[in-house]
Amino acid sequence: MLILQNLSDALILACTYILMAAGLTMVYGVLKVLHIAHASVYTVGAFIGVLIYSWVGNFWLALLGAMLTSGVFGVLIYRSTYFYLLNAPRTVPLIASVGMFVMFTDLLQKNFLMGPYQRAFPAAGAGLPAIQTTWLSLTPKQLLILLVTLGLLVMLYFLLTRTRLGLSWQAASMDREMAAAVGINLNRSIAANFFLGSALAGAAGVLVGVYNNSVFATMGDLPSYKAFIIIVLGGMGSLPGAILASLLLAIVENFMVASIGYVLPRDSIAFLVLILMLMFRPNGLLGRE
Amino acid sequence: MSSGYIVTILTFVAIYISLALSLNILTGYAGQISLGHAAFLGIGAYTSAVLAVHYGLPFWVDFLAAVVVTGMIGTILGLPSLRVRHDFLVLATMGVNFVVVSVFKYVDFFGGAMGLVNIPAPTILGLTFRGGAPYLTLTAIYALLTLAVCWYLSKTWSGLAFHAIRNDEDAAASVGVGSARYKIYAFGISAALAGGAGSLYAHFLGSVFPDNFVFVESIGMLSMVIFGGIGTLRGPIIGAIFLRLMPEMFRFIQDYRFTLYGALLVLMMLFQPMGLLGKDSWLWKFSTRVWPGYRTSKREEMP
Repeated sequence: MLILQNLSDALILACTYILMAAGLTMVYGVLKVLHIAHASVYTVGAFIGVLIYSWVGNFWLALLGAMLTSGVFGVLIYRSTYFYLLNAPRTVPLIASVGMFVMFTDLLQKNFLMGPYQRAFPAAGAGLPAIQTTWLSLTPKQLLILLVTLGLLVMLYFLLTRTRLGLSWQAASMDREMAAAVGINLNRSIAANFFLGSALAGAAGVLVGVYNNSVFATMGDLPSYKAFIIIVLGGMGSLPGAILASLLLAIVENFMVASIGYVLPRDSIAFLVLILMLMFRPNGLLGRE
Repeated sequence: MSSGYIVTILTFVAIYISLALSLNILTGYAGQISLGHAAFLGIGAYTSAVLAVHYGLPFWVDFLAAVVVTGMIGTILGLPSLRVRHDFLVLATMGVNFVVVSVFKYVDFFGGAMGLVNIPAPTILGLTFRGGAPYLTLTAIYALLTLAVCWYLSKTWSGLAFHAIRNDEDAAASVGVGSARYKIYAFGISAALAGGAGSLYAHFLGSVFPDNFVFVESIGMLSMVIFGGIGTLRGPIIGAIFLRLMPEMFRFIQDYRFTLYGALLVLMMLFQPMGLLGKDSWLWKFSTRVWPGYRTSKREEMP
């Protein structure tokens, strides 16, 4: 039963990774920018979620509000910096992104925003039941994460494959100039891309906040770093790759910790995976080449 | 402000000048952006601290060991850069920083989260450098040494090779510059110099903690290089002085130090990607126009 327990834990962990990585890989696909400030979007999402929850006491309203706010926040980030750096060398927007990340993290730690302490997020499973079958056992919180992630992924899938907006993203990720030449409104398309990607990060922030019952200013650092590893692992800009890589990383992490114990801190596993991957398969598991 | 306080600040400025200059070798000269330079500072500081505290070795052994060990680790960590370019390398350096800090934090040999304390003040030739002006002299000498290494590097064949790699790696390779070799050199030299600064840092503070070497510290160093002018000798020095002194002079800024570092990075990227005193910055163009006799070296004027 221990293995099954580990598997369902890994599945839940993977769900939060997926939401985080999906936004990053969408942004990378269209802009070719490593959007490090995504971590701040995630934290802002969790923070707004806590605020709304303590205010109205409804998890779903909190989730919606957090997604909208972080979506708008993402668009603001795009319009204030990346927009002006679209044709600069690739390191330029990257450094700007690092700068924003450091700036927002520092600001969020100030007392007029989140302060340097942890907040509780006591939305225990939003009234969902626990699931206990022979092959899967999920607490209400875990079921919540699974359902929300699946719902968002299905929505994302339809957006990407069945709408003009999704098509315009695909076109832009192949060749931005060509896409503009065939009449795609790039500005609107990229802004929508940022909105959706950031909203997903906000949802991830809320879900992780509820799961750990804690929200704090630096909570985005490690998840975003792992999300980068995941999008490298899955092949930059590939959404199915990101999902596969999230599952793989979560499973490896869970089983390494369960079977070997603490040889290395858990979070360094992801890093070692990244180095090995970069050395031997630089294009990722499902990359284009 | 007491004079002791000012001397302490100046000591830190000197240490950070060496750090910014060493990062500049890697990021400015060879064009490999690193978000993990604080890891090298940490490795140097911890090597020195471990040798001094656990084994009671004299300062000069600790210092040399810090330089050699950090240089070697830097060389090894440079290996991924051979396969990985641009943004991926940036990720790898960021990861190095996370892992190094978590090793310091979770391995008992390094004192865990409580750090290593009671690092003795250095003694050289019977003289004890316990804080104050003597230590400032020591760090200033080291900063000058770093500057000399950077200056010398920019005059040598290796310096040219770094420039070539930065401008276009493939073109450099096509005219016979082994980019792999020189990238590894850049990593090694940069790390070794940072390791020496780390040793001075540890012996100055008398204690080291994992949290002294976290990711944002790396960003602070990168801000110094980028703010001053990436790839020049003057830039990192001006950047380190300015970014270390400003928070000390205005208490208000001290609380928002990292906000300032981050905001400066964004603003520089938007308006002056080459830095305040970089090659094409308006301030540098203006000053060279006002004092036409004061020209940059030929090397820097090359496109």
